[in-house]
Amino acid sequence: MATVHLPAALSAYAERRRRVEVPLPQDGTVAGLLDALGRAHPGVRQRVQDEQGAIRPHVNVFVNGESIRFLAGLATPVAEGDEVWILPAVSGG
Amino acid sequence: MTAGDVILLVGTTKGAFLFSADADRRHFEADGPHFHGQSIYAMAFDGRGGRRRLLAGTGSSHWGAVVRWSDDLGKTWADPAEGNVRFPSSTGASLNQIWQLRPDGDQRPDTVWAGVEPAALFRSDDGGETFELVQGLWDHPDRPRWQPGGGGLCMHTVLPHPTNPERIWVAISTGGVYRSDDGGGSWRSRNQGVRAQFLPEPDRYPEFGQCVHKIALAAGRPDRLYLQNHWGLYRTDDGGDQWEDMANGVPSDFGFPVVAHPSDPDTAYVIPLTSDEFRCTPDARMQVYRTRDAGDSWEPLGAGMPQRDAYLTVLRDGFATDGLEPAGLYFGTRTGELFASTNDGDDWRLVAEWLPPVTCVKAAVVPA
Repeated sequence: MATVHLPAALSAYAERRRRVEVPLPQDGTVAGLLDALGRAHPGVRQRVQDEQGAIRPHVNVFVNGESIRFLAGLATPVAEGDEVWILPAVSGG
Repeated sequence: MTAGDVILLVGTTKGAFLFSADADRRHFEADGPHFHGQSIYAMAFDGRGGRRRLLAGTGSSHWGAVVRWSDDLGKTWADPAEGNVRFPSSTGASLNQIWQLRPDGDQRPDTVWAGVEPAALFRSDDGGETFELVQGLWDHPDRPRWQPGGGGLCMHTVLPHPTNPERIWVAISTGGVYRSDDGGGSWRSRNQGVRAQFLPEPDRYPEFGQCVHKIALAAGRPDRLYLQNHWGLYRTDDGGDQWEDMANGVPSDFGFPVVAHPSDPDTAYVIPLTSDEFRCTPDARMQVYRTRDAGDSWEPLGAGMPQRDAYLTVLRDGFATDGLEPAGLYFGTRTGELFASTNDGDDWRLVAEWLPPVTCVKAAVVPA
């Protein structure tokens, strides 16, 4: 299992929970983890990834404290016990 | 709200507001904001087929855009979990913003059109709950040459013909006006006579690529349209085959919205701005301009609005009519004022101020 921390805006799609446990995907990547998260909590995936699967430009995903933008993106590996954070980036006006 | 009430749908960069009034339209009650912090560039009221449905194109800079709807006049809003305006994977495109929601006519009471950025047309046949890309326009050979304007490459206007279900107009910044005569299957650019000020001479009248800001259908004369261009005011009497300049006596032919009177095909309204460099009301006076002769002449209307030190801007969808007689006219500004006239524009009053920047105003009468 990996632990996924959700921002307040997305907890609405996860029974108001800010922290959910997600089984590790077979492919062992963030992409697979987000798929599993989206299946378990419909509505989360659409808000984190666009319809082509890309992480939205103003959303950041961290694995154990490091942004996946500086790792391997959606191909970043996730392992048992990892802490994954989904956070809104700084944007807006 | 009850049947006969007037409802104003006001989208802003930080949420949506609803204003409602009795049929006398004297006092408007405010409700909102809905969708805290989200930008709402498109709203619509759908009273067809026994509905009382509000539609809102909501956008979050973080979490994306989706069409939400309410069947209880804004008490609750449906929130489609997986999104409802999605580009097919074959396009490689992803939705950036919903710019226009337009219920079709009574002949297609379940059809709602959505114009979006990147410029594309989507169609719903379930009252706005799910949408599909209109492939015929997406595949148009002109599309790769459309260019983004200041608001991005957006399809901001969709106008179904009121009696001929085969005819639909759309407008794109910057792509120009396109028309379908087969219900959306195929499209032709319809920009002859419209200037593209930003192109070099002698190429300022291209077949497409104009930065059209808004088009509006004249009442009761459906092949007459009015057009506010990025520089230029135009009218067509033949469905867009040929456009004629009608900037006769306006202080500037730059502006964003154009509104057609709901019953008189010769009457229309624009809100001129000084220039594209200085997008504020000319001479710091808030004035709407009205023509009653299809653009041969224009008169300023400012009674009840600030006539000094007023540096206001009204965006392309920020001006609407309620369809009543005399016409109610409503517009919102980027500085958060909402003005109303309930006598064809002769007199105006402030309905609200200190709203977030207004991006969209729609008005409707609640049906029985």
